[in-house]
Amino acid sequence: MDFILNKALPVLFHWGGVCLFAPFFLGVIARVKAFFSGKTGPSVFQLYFDLAKLFRKKCVYSGTATWIFRAAPAVILGVMLTLSLMVPFGRFKAPVQFSGDVLLAVYLLAVGRFFMILAALDTGSSFEGMGASREAFFSCLSELALFMNFIVLALLAKSISLSQMIGANIPMSWGGMEPVLLLVVVSFFIVLLAENCRIPIDDPETHLELTMIHEVMILDHSGVDLAFMLHAAAMKFFIFSGILVSIIIPVRTGNAVMDMAIFFGGMLGLAVLVGVVESTTARFRLNRVRLLLLISFALAFFGLIVTLWRA
Amino acid sequence: MELFNGGNISLKDIPVLAEKEFREEVILRCREDARLMNFFGCAEDGGDVRLIVILGLSEESLLRVFATKIPAGSPRYQSLTRELPQAQLFEREIAEQWAVTPEGHPWLKPVRYHANYRGVPDLWKDVARQTIPGSYPFYAVGGEEVHEVGVGPVHAGIIEPGHFRFQCHGEEVLHLEIQLGYQHRGIEPLMGVGKDLKRGVLLSESIAGDTSIGHSTAYCEAIESLAGCAVPLRAQALRAVTLELERLANHVGDLGALGMDAGFLPTSAYFGRMRGDYLNLLLELTGNRFGKGLCRPGGVLFDMDTAMAEDFCRKLKRYKKEFEEVSDLFFTRPSVLARFEGIGILPLKTAKDLGVVGPVARASQSEQDVRIDYSSGIWQFYHVPISLAATGDVYARALVRRQEVMRSLEFLLKLLPSLPKGDIRAPLGPLKPERLAVSLVEGWRGEIMHVGMTDGQGALSRYKIKDPSFHNWFALTHAMRNQEISDFPLCNKSFNLSYCGHDL
Repeated sequence: MDFILNKALPVLFHWGGVCLFAPFFLGVIARVKAFFSGKTGPSVFQLYFDLAKLFRKKCVYSGTATWIFRAAPAVILGVMLTLSLMVPFGRFKAPVQFSGDVLLAVYLLAVGRFFMILAALDTGSSFEGMGASREAFFSCLSELALFMNFIVLALLAKSISLSQMIGANIPMSWGGMEPVLLLVVVSFFIVLLAENCRIPIDDPETHLELTMIHEVMILDHSGVDLAFMLHAAAMKFFIFSGILVSIIIPVRTGNAVMDMAIFFGGMLGLAVLVGVVESTTARFRLNRVRLLLLISFALAFFGLIVTLWRA
Repeated sequence: MELFNGGNISLKDIPVLAEKEFREEVILRCREDARLMNFFGCAEDGGDVRLIVILGLSEESLLRVFATKIPAGSPRYQSLTRELPQAQLFEREIAEQWAVTPEGHPWLKPVRYHANYRGVPDLWKDVARQTIPGSYPFYAVGGEEVHEVGVGPVHAGIIEPGHFRFQCHGEEVLHLEIQLGYQHRGIEPLMGVGKDLKRGVLLSESIAGDTSIGHSTAYCEAIESLAGCAVPLRAQALRAVTLELERLANHVGDLGALGMDAGFLPTSAYFGRMRGDYLNLLLELTGNRFGKGLCRPGGVLFDMDTAMAEDFCRKLKRYKKEFEEVSDLFFTRPSVLARFEGIGILPLKTAKDLGVVGPVARASQSEQDVRIDYSSGIWQFYHVPISLAATGDVYARALVRRQEVMRSLEFLLKLLPSLPKGDIRAPLGPLKPERLAVSLVEGWRGEIMHVGMTDGQGALSRYKIKDPSFHNWFALTHAMRNQEISDFPLCNKSFNLSYCGHDL
């Protein structure tokens, strides 16, 4: 009984929150983009309707696809669910935390990506092969930047547990290490855009296979598989924004409701910001994307230098 | 023999040269200042084929027509393509339509996969019964790290069918081969059947759905020329008004589509809406958003009263202001310009070698515009400045469209308040026998040419249609060399060519 109350319940609660709220923020982005185009746009709950529809549908598999293709959606969703357990969302503490969990988190992301790429190659389509090669290349760079950000945060927090790095110790760093944190925020924002396939790196709206990165890799998925993929993508965005918001607004008022409201306000604001960025910039040429990712790395690296120098 | 745009000549007056002289004359003229505007076959008595060439002399606004005869006994001649690359598609078309072999053609493959018009064995066995592309071996690049990407004929967007075969090294395109013909409906033979002209004009409106006005105007002018009918100036002015509205709608729509492909959403939505404004003006005048049902041989079917002209002016002034604002936003965004500049460059020399026409040619600083070079009708009284750009890239093609939109709007605002008075239709007599008429129209994609020929009884015997896309598809292939494959959609959109205009 104790186990259930102390361990299992928080996990289920955490999962419930992530699963339930994740699709909402992508809906917000879509709505902001529609506003900038002078359109009403779909409901912010559109992704929920899509998921509900897809969960009722059967999957179609190509003749060349093997078990890898069938397993990938489950693996990717599983990865995101596991990852979410290590991330604190505002007042909700991470149910799983230990020294070094940040490394596990990054490598879980890599496992998800690995299966995504394998599944894309498994279809035997030339489009998906192209998308896989792009994803592999760009994720090399974005992983580098992500690691650099985490290194800086770890140094600031003197801990290699995500819960410490972006939770408890951030308010301290904002007093005295603002330049470093600002660099990290900007750098992490670029990583967030890249990892979640947003403009200017990728275009989630496009129908042109030749220009896609992420979208082209899930072209062959259908039905429940596609629902898994879409839901996992929404969770990834939720997790990344959760981390970024925790860094930017480390406010603890002491009032639980107030804290939650501030956190969700922050998430909402971030989704709106992503929508604004997507509406006011065109997508980069594919060969310029690496420069953007290297800028993100460079910013975090400067953060590292400043941290070491101040310390 | 020479004639003006909209003119007609007797078939007997077309000089028939020996094959060798014909070949030399075409190549020599095109090396000087002429452009190969049309090159097609028509049936002669006894199964012979007459090859007719139309060269454009833009300095004198003249079209030079001459021919050669290919005997039924040995249906072959020496290909022009090696000396004159712009002839390549014309020669392939002739080979397919008339089963005449252009010897030494470097790339002799079917164009539209149909049986020939002479009823003799085709050059390619069973070409009409094969699924495109049949057994055709696409160009392939060898090597470990080279990969092939095939796109279409069924596409992700709602566009027409066409197959694109890329040979890539990583993201770089080494070669692109375009396979069309999926939309072939056999419009040319349908046009040339019998004396009934009612069907012809309807067919001409459907040659390319987005160029209804352009093609139906060209058709009417060809028929009117054959019938010797003088069209009232007011009808010509109304045709020009709708032709420019068609240009406006399509150019504005293209700019929006470019924004969409670059991932710049706001302007893509604004331009998309503004395209609708112009189509609605067409709807108001003609009852159809694409202007179908307006142009008929002898004139137009719908008149515009003063109130409507004033209303159009008022609206166009507003649209002009909106367009200026949105295109300023579009053309000043660094992230948009970074996507457009230096992508898909078509150098002037390549453009001239391939005989490229329309905004694509003007974006490579090739000065050609039928409204100026071969002006007829109302264009003889109004001068629309030519819109040129120098760089030949996606940016240049977008810029030319923007300029042309502004100039079309200025032209309309000048013309509408002072529309010529008079009738809108003149009676159309019977067609004169044994004549050939040529009409040229600057559609929004470029030069449209229709050629009508009549037999001894005054019935159409051969009708040749040429959409600007016929010239320009091959240029897209060249613009894509050594480009990134992810830039193809943008590059393709900047050309925005017609599939069914090519496939007929």
